[in-house]
Amino acid sequence: MSNITLRYSSLTKKIVMALAGLFLITFLFVHLTVNLMLLFDPTREMFNAGAHFMVTNPVIQFMQIFLFGGILIHIIFGLILQIQNWMARPVGYKVTGWSHTSPFSKFMIHTGIIILIFLTVHIINFFLKAKTGQVNPIQYGDVEYEDMGLLVVDLFKNGGYVIFYVIAMLLLAFHLHHAFQSAFQSLGLNHSKYTPFIKGLSAVVSIVLGLGFMLIPLVVFFSDKF
Amino acid sequence: MNITLEIWRQKNARSKGKFVTYKLDGVSEEMSFLEMLDYFNKTIVEKGGEPVAFEYDCREGICGCCGLHINGYAHGGAHETTTCELRMTKFKDGDKITIEPWRSRAFPVIKDLIVDRSAFDKILRAGGFITANAGAAPDANAIPIRKVDADEAFDSAVCVGCGACVAACKNSSAMLFVSAKISQFAFLPQGRVEAVQRVQKMVARMDELGFGNCTNTGACEARCPKGIKLTNIARMNREFIGAKLGSQIVRH
Ligand code: FES
Repeated sequence: MSNITLRYSSLTKKIVMALAGLFLITFLFVHLTVNLMLLFDPTREMFNAGAHFMVTNPVIQFMQIFLFGGILIHIIFGLILQIQNWMARPVGYKVTGWSHTSPFSKFMIHTGIIILIFLTVHIINFFLKAKTGQVNPIQYGDVEYEDMGLLVVDLFKNGGYVIFYVIAMLLLAFHLHHAFQSAFQSLGLNHSKYTPFIKGLSAVVSIVLGLGFMLIPLVVFFSDKF
Repeated sequence: MNITLEIWRQKNARSKGKFVTYKLDGVSEEMSFLEMLDYFNKTIVEKGGEPVAFEYDCREGICGCCGLHINGYAHGGAHETTTCELRMTKFKDGDKITIEPWRSRAFPVIKDLIVDRSAFDKILRAGGFITANAGAAPDANAIPIRKVDADEAFDSAVCVGCGACVAACKNSSAMLFVSAKISQFAFLPQGRVEAVQRVQKMVARMDELGFGNCTNTGACEARCPKGIKLTNIARMNREFIGAKLGSQIVRH
């Protein structure tokens, strides 16, 4: 184990982290788009069609290999880098001041671990059920889809689950707030004119994704249309 | 003014250290921080004790030896200030000042507040130089260099290697230092000759020595007494990617 992954230099690991992370962000946008379909159509037809596309389209199925690969690499490299960082300071300071720098960057491992826990629950709740055909069918005219939407609505009517979901999305937003612009720095893409823009964009990305995902359980929970 | 000092005392590299608290009276505002420590040591010696070991040389912010972690901040936390440039006007009567050595696996404590920073020298020896025939100094303007490039190179070259970046970084990463030492050559034609090897060798050496990995937090930049910017780290990453990709290109 030590040999293969640890032999990569610190910079190679950072660069791979950045690339994998950016790829995962693009996936989050696709995922959010499908999720939002649920809000626009309480009959769930639009969402179920979207979900059906995501589990059957061959291109998407092929991309799934990279998606799971990306998640795995991001986690493994992230953990190795973090463990090395902890080991780099065996004796800590008695007094540590507060530096006014990217506050979320100090908790990437913590937010990351909670997102991983969320992801595991999430995959068990939705992805595996869809993949193993445990979802009831629903008929719209003469097409039949798996009723993924009902699965979602049922879970989002459960207050405890909604709280868990919203907290996880809040932490995801914190994670992304640092992550997006940090990836550009790791890739050496620093520019006097564009870097401030990318930092702003990082905030926008985190807010759009965080709030976007949070919106769905909240609306489903509080609205009686679902 | 009267102050309380809480200082890390450690006999040698192998012994276990501990914090010791001392009361110190008669500190004047005109003293520099190091003069206060000199004065403090005098009071200890007069009582027959062992003075606190701390490192210094120039006492004017150019040699980089004097780094101390003061009240939670490398070099005391004043903007672009080395410990030796810190004045006691920053403190007031009754203050408690906690003084710790730099903490990093790569910078082991030698005694009290002195750490061994030779890890930095080892990184420099791996590639932080240019290879050129020695001889008479060449004409200053024999190789024309754009003013902006010369300025950028100089801004990176002002790093004094004090280690505050490592000390301030939550990961004990040396990337600000290493990137400054790579950047100072990156802009100059003399530096380009060995650029591909330089970045790879210096990064490899840095990794071997047990420094942590940068998480782009920026605490180093905030605490650097010489104003070295995070842009240096991006440049190092760029040089590294270029070197890794470029060095594989087959040439005839
Ligand atoms: S003693 Fe030289 S920089 Fe402080």
